Amino acid sequence: MSEFILLRHRDIPDLDQLKVYLKNGGFEAWKKVVTSMEPVELIQLAKDSGLRGRGGAGFPTGMKWSFVPNNLWPHYVVANADESEPGTFKDREIMESNPFQFLEGLMIASYAVQAQNSYAYLRGEFWQIGLKLNQKIAELEKAGFLGDNLFGTQYSLRLHVHMGAGAYICGEETALLESIEGKLGQPRLRPPFPAVAGLYASPTVINNVETLTNLPPIVQNGATWFREHGTEKSPGVKIFSLSGCVNNPGNYELPLGAPFRKLIYELGGGIPEGRTIKAIMAAGASSALIPATEAALDTPMDYESVANLGASLGSASVIILDESVSMSWLAQKTTHFFKHESCGKCTPCREGTYWMAHILDRIEDGGASAKDVDLLFTVARQMQNKCLCALGEFSTMPVVSSLEKFRRDFLARVDGQTR
Amino acid sequence: MPKMVTLTIDNHPVTVPQGTVVVDAAKKIGVDIPVFCYHPKMEPVGMCRLCLVEIGRPMVDRATGQPLMNEDGTPKVQFGPKLETGCTTPVSEGMVVHTQTDGVTAARKDILEFLLTSHPLDCPICDKGGECPLQNLTMRHGPGNSRFLFDEKQHLGKNIPLGELIYLDRERCIQCARCVRFQSDVVDDPVIGFYNRGRKLEIMSNSNPGFDSIFSGNTTDICPVGALTTADFRFGARPWELKSAASICTHCPVGCNLTINVRREAKSGGDVAIKRIMPRQNESVNEIWICDKGRMAYHYAESKERLTSPLVRKGADLQPVSWDEALDLAAEKIRSAGQLVTLAGGRLSNEDLFNLAQVTQKVNGRALLHTHMAGGDLVARYGLPEGSDLGALGKGDAILVIASDLHQEAPVWWLRLKQAAKRGAELIVLNPRETRLDKFAGHVVRYPYGQEVETLSVFLPGAQVPEALQAVVSAFQAAENAVVFYGSEGLGLDGSQAVAQTAAALVFSRGKTGQPNNGLVAVWPNGNTQGAWDMGFKPSADLASAVRTADVLWAAAVDPASDDPALAEAVDGARFVIVQELFLSETARRADIVFPAQSFAEREGTVTSGELRVQRYYPAIRPDANTRPDFAISAQIGLRLGLKLEAHLSSLALLRAVEKVPTYAGLSYQRLAEVTEQWPIFGRKDMYYGGTGYANSQGLGVKLALAADGINPHAAKESAGMPPAAVNGLVLVPVTRLFDRGATVMPSTLLHQRLADKVLQLHPRTAEKLGLNADSDVLVAANNWTVEARIQLDENVPVGVALVPRSTGFPVTAPLAAAVTSRVAVPEVYGGLRS
Amino acid sequence: MNELLAKYPKEIKAILAKYPPEFKRSAVMPLLHLAQGDPGYITPQAMQDIADICGISITEVGSIVGFYTLYYDKPLGRYHIQVCTDMPCALRGADKFLKELCERLGVKVGEPTADGLFVIEEVMCLAACHRAPMFQVHGDGDLVYHEHQTVDTALAVLDAVRQKAAVEKEAKA
Ligand SMILES: Cc1cc2nc3c(=O)[nH]c(=O)nc-3n(C[C@H](O)[C@H](O)[C@H](O)COP(=O)(O)O)c2cc1C
Ligand code: SF4
Ligand code: FES
Repeated sequence: MSEFILLRHRDIPDLDQLKVYLKNGGFEAWKKVVTSMEPVELIQLAKDSGLRGRGGAGFPTGMKWSFVPNNLWPHYVVANADESEPGTFKDREIMESNPFQFLEGLMIASYAVQAQNSYAYLRGEFWQIGLKLNQKIAELEKAGFLGDNLFGTQYSLRLHVHMGAGAYICGEETALLESIEGKLGQPRLRPPFPAVAGLYASPTVINNVETLTNLPPIVQNGATWFREHGTEKSPGVKIFSLSGCVNNPGNYELPLGAPFRKLIYELGGGIPEGRTIKAIMAAGASSALIPATEAALDTPMDYESVANLGASLGSASVIILDESVSMSWLAQKTTHFFKHESCGKCTPCREGTYWMAHILDRIEDGGASAKDVDLLFTVARQMQNKCLCALGEFSTMPVVSSLEKFRRDFLARVDGQTR
Repeated sequence: MPKMVTLTIDNHPVTVPQGTVVVDAAKKIGVDIPVFCYHPKMEPVGMCRLCLVEIGRPMVDRATGQPLMNEDGTPKVQFGPKLETGCTTPVSEGMVVHTQTDGVTAARKDILEFLLTSHPLDCPICDKGGECPLQNLTMRHGPGNSRFLFDEKQHLGKNIPLGELIYLDRERCIQCARCVRFQSDVVDDPVIGFYNRGRKLEIMSNSNPGFDSIFSGNTTDICPVGALTTADFRFGARPWELKSAASICTHCPVGCNLTINVRREAKSGGDVAIKRIMPRQNESVNEIWICDKGRMAYHYAESKERLTSPLVRKGADLQPVSWDEALDLAAEKIRSAGQLVTLAGGRLSNEDLFNLAQVTQKVNGRALLHTHMAGGDLVARYGLPEGSDLGALGKGDAILVIASDLHQEAPVWWLRLKQAAKRGAELIVLNPRETRLDKFAGHVVRYPYGQEVETLSVFLPGAQVPEALQAVVSAFQAAENAVVFYGSEGLGLDGSQAVAQTAAALVFSRGKTGQPNNGLVAVWPNGNTQGAWDMGFKPSADLASAVRTADVLWAAAVDPASDDPALAEAVDGARFVIVQELFLSETARRADIVFPAQSFAEREGTVTSGELRVQRYYPAIRPDANTRPDFAISAQIGLRLGLKLEAHLSSLALLRAVEKVPTYAGLSYQRLAEVTEQWPIFGRKDMYYGGTGYANSQGLGVKLALAADGINPHAAKESAGMPPAAVNGLVLVPVTRLFDRGATVMPSTLLHQRLADKVLQLHPRTAEKLGLNADSDVLVAANNWTVEARIQLDENVPVGVALVPRSTGFPVTAPLAAAVTSRVAVPEVYGGLRS
Repeated sequence: MNELLAKYPKEIKAILAKYPPEFKRSAVMPLLHLAQGDPGYITPQAMQDIADICGISITEVGSIVGFYTLYYDKPLGRYHIQVCTDMPCALRGADKFLKELCERLGVKVGEPTADGLFVIEEVMCLAACHRAPMFQVHGDGDLVYHEHQTVDTALAVLDAVRQKAAVEKEAKA
């Protein structure tokens, strides 16, 4: 037994070996759904569990599955393993060390919508993981967990790994689908939503790796058990990727609703060299900055509470910023990231990230005036609510919030001071 | 009928079909929502974000499903937290749209400011300046000044050739992807694309040749900035200096509507010169598109080689004479001729052809059409009648195409049929080799060259249908409406006559003759071949002997002598030769009298399309004072013979034709100039929306009535067939290429890289059998000619035949057996014909 | 002649089998990864071969190559040494690490080393923020992470790669 639900490999050595995984209850859930559950029951179970998507938006998983129409076929499930948000490295650990639980989850989701071919879209840099997953899938085919007429039923399933090639935008679900279709990773218009017209214009469910990894234990232990963890509206556990100015960066599996303080100080070992914490980014580079007040540190890390701080939990990539960090430097870094990753399809994101990056470069180089700081703010604001997908919106988050909350850092730069 | 939806835009109610997007609905009532990436002919993509507007929807009581009402009884409307893109949002009942609020105006200004941060603002030197949507919309909606630092501007390549026809200015591009989407979605030539991403996105082409598409010029019309320009017009003139004349393309039987832009120039002695050719909207013909031949192959009109004086043979030489002298002599010769043979080409106008025919008739001459393709009389009877529109064909309709490579022979028809297939029409393609239409066809049937009639006859009622063809035949027979296109792929006169007859019988057998969207369409080799038939010209089975035995050969807009050495000999054999031409052609060199005629750009006229639409073109440039339009030349000869023919006004010449040709009854230049409103709204005031092409205010043309003579068509019994190939020989099969080497194309040097080559296209196995390999030079010999050519291997060519592109120097009008020998093996004495 | 198909018939068959036969275009990314392995970049010939296999235009293939950062259409260093200097890594010393690594190798970012073996590049987040400084080595159709690095360990990694390359070269010769 393990005290973990997702990071079980931390307690169980060699969990990435099929033998070991099977010995620890592996694929029992899979066998159970295929041989004894109707898809609707499974969807209801997901709904009852209250599981919400771990890819960023926190959308209820069971509800997402239920949108898939049964008069349009085939259906597909795609595991979103693009994991490219700066500060996020949880899906990677799951796939590296507990790959079968993830694959079993993907298989369960496939059964829920009766998909017969499902894909895992991995960012290209996860090359080694891709090789490993391919090997695991082959083992599963050999062992009869994947293939035709599974467990003697009518149901057949095959899994395929599709490797990306370096593009953060491909984590956005419609860009991801374009990418599998062999096109530029540029987001599609919505509607139609992928649940109706997704991969190859067929109904498609896209779920994050961590979301899927929750499914085998939910099937095995039930919705009530799942709800014993976390909060009413954000049930379950979550992997928090902790990075930045902290002594023990890494992944931590905690119930949703655990306070920031626990993650940062108890588990993360606090801030290095006795410096003080300045701000928290809870959703990677896409975060609005949370000034690290005592109240903020006591805030439970669940979707609602973090939203109440004017930020978002996203995929729970918690980046810690201490007093040594200038927020104008930070904004420059995040803006360059988004500028580099903007797909270029829509005007405000393409031009806005480019413009903001120029202003920030000038501020950081000491060649700017206070007027430029104002300009930066208006440029970011004028991007908001106009972009085609969330990437452009994300790019404004750290800029606007750091200008609102740490304007002095920018002004210090334009006054000719250094960090 | 689609369901109609009523909404309110800026307080005006408007009712439009369900599925219409907000931008289009607004346009219908004259409300302009500015757009860059949206184009009414393409799927919306919502990229540029310029069209953001406020959209509200009626609120509904969740429990009852009933609309919620305000106290005053009006429906409660809920507006979203964000502006929405008008180009991607479909209308819905009760929707309320605001396009002029502060929020909307601010958003427009913001988007324009974003775009301008990367734009070079080099309007004073930009070809688009003056007709630039970015420039115009910035004036109306943009920010007053730039907050972006000029020295942070990105500098990128200018004047980048994407191919030899289209140039790109990378700095000006606003990444709207209109060009990319046009190429991939509209014309299925994905030969340009984006490279890189984000602000580094740039247009590129990897094709060879670059930007390898016959529709490439259209991207320069729909590019909303000066990023894409044609090599033809680049730096040619400023748009505001241009004047416009409406015209019709005479290169092929589609009859695309054009606008010729001209400017007064020192270079042409203060006279107006053609600066460019643009599409003019005619939704029933070419919509808003034209092919690159129509756009760029006009330079012949202004060629320095044009004839500028009547010539009469004096001794060995042709010498300039006065018009009267030449006309008197011509009339005299024609009057006294035992046998007049008038040979006309399908480039002439209806008026020209009518007058020529009248004079010919007067002296009992023969009015012959110089063509390799038959069936105009059948098309006149079973063609597409009034009310037909290829743009209306869709679900439940069938289109059958036999023996034609439409992409090359009539590009815009290809485009329209592709779209019809997309709308659900059953497209059936019958051809011996793969063509660009196959991909969109529901059914493709291959037959060996020479088996056209046998293949087509299967579709006739009561025919024995082989198993494999049952599906396609019943698809055709079940169709509500059916249009049959036939061409001359691998066919000469006999062959096309047999196909035309069979196709006419097929159309007739459906019992829907005269009903809209039912009929026969001929893919003619020229723009007005149909008009020539209508005016009484017919091809001759033995043209050489007709010409050779003529007392007087009167040739207008044809050059038989350069087409075929046998015809050249025949021309030499004719007693007296009169030629009306633009250039001193091979035939003209052999003539006794040469009249300098005028091109379509210098005069008025009408032409009849393959769809039986008569359309009118207008003069764009001033003719040389010493040239005359063909109808005038023949009228002036006719007058000397005592005929009453119109020699001055083309419009009156048509009125005379109308009296004599029943199907043309009721036509007049006024009627041809009539226009009705078209959708999408297009043109100068709406350039940001549809592009810089022209609206049509000069005439949509008129469809002819069908000829009715009570004769029922009979399917041909068999195809003309193929001649047997000699040992070590091949059968040459003529095919048509868009960029031919004809006299109206060659002067446009820009197109030279794209011209059809003088090659024998063979299947590799055929070549192997003959011991030839790729790129080997061969001598091709048949009848009494020998031609040098190159071998080109192509797996698409059926085994055992060689395709030869028409106009490239092979005197081959119909399948012909020829001996092919490797060039090294052959002694010098054979010599070449012409190169 | 499709050179790529001739070189990797088995691999290409397996790739195509992953996608519905009517959506061959989906194979373009895996085929690009495959084609890039050997020469280290996508040659124009490979682009045409892939276009033919997928039934798309060579421009469309080029467009994909241009969009994604892990595809290279020019030869530039056999191994791409890609150091993450994105914000979380930078908070843990990645910028300094990169600077020193370049100094020790005597190259600038984006410049290949004298032997043409390496090119140092700066990349965005690689999902290894907790193990910074780190870099990945992309070359020979493989991609390997190296985490918790110091300049010395990094140089040792490059030495090992260099030696492996030398041994292979000898084996080939
Ligand atoms: C720019 C952008 C990047 C994203 N990147 C990822 C990602 O790397 N992984 C992921 O699972 N979701 C990512 N998402 C969210 C996905 O679009 C999608 O919501 C998610 O995969 C759905 O899965 P879930 O419901 O299981 O969370 C991203 C969204 C955006 C807008
Ligand atoms: S070249 Fe013109 S049409 Fe093409 S993307 Fe750029 S601005 Fe748009
Ligand atoms: S987003 Fe609507 S016109 Fe461009």
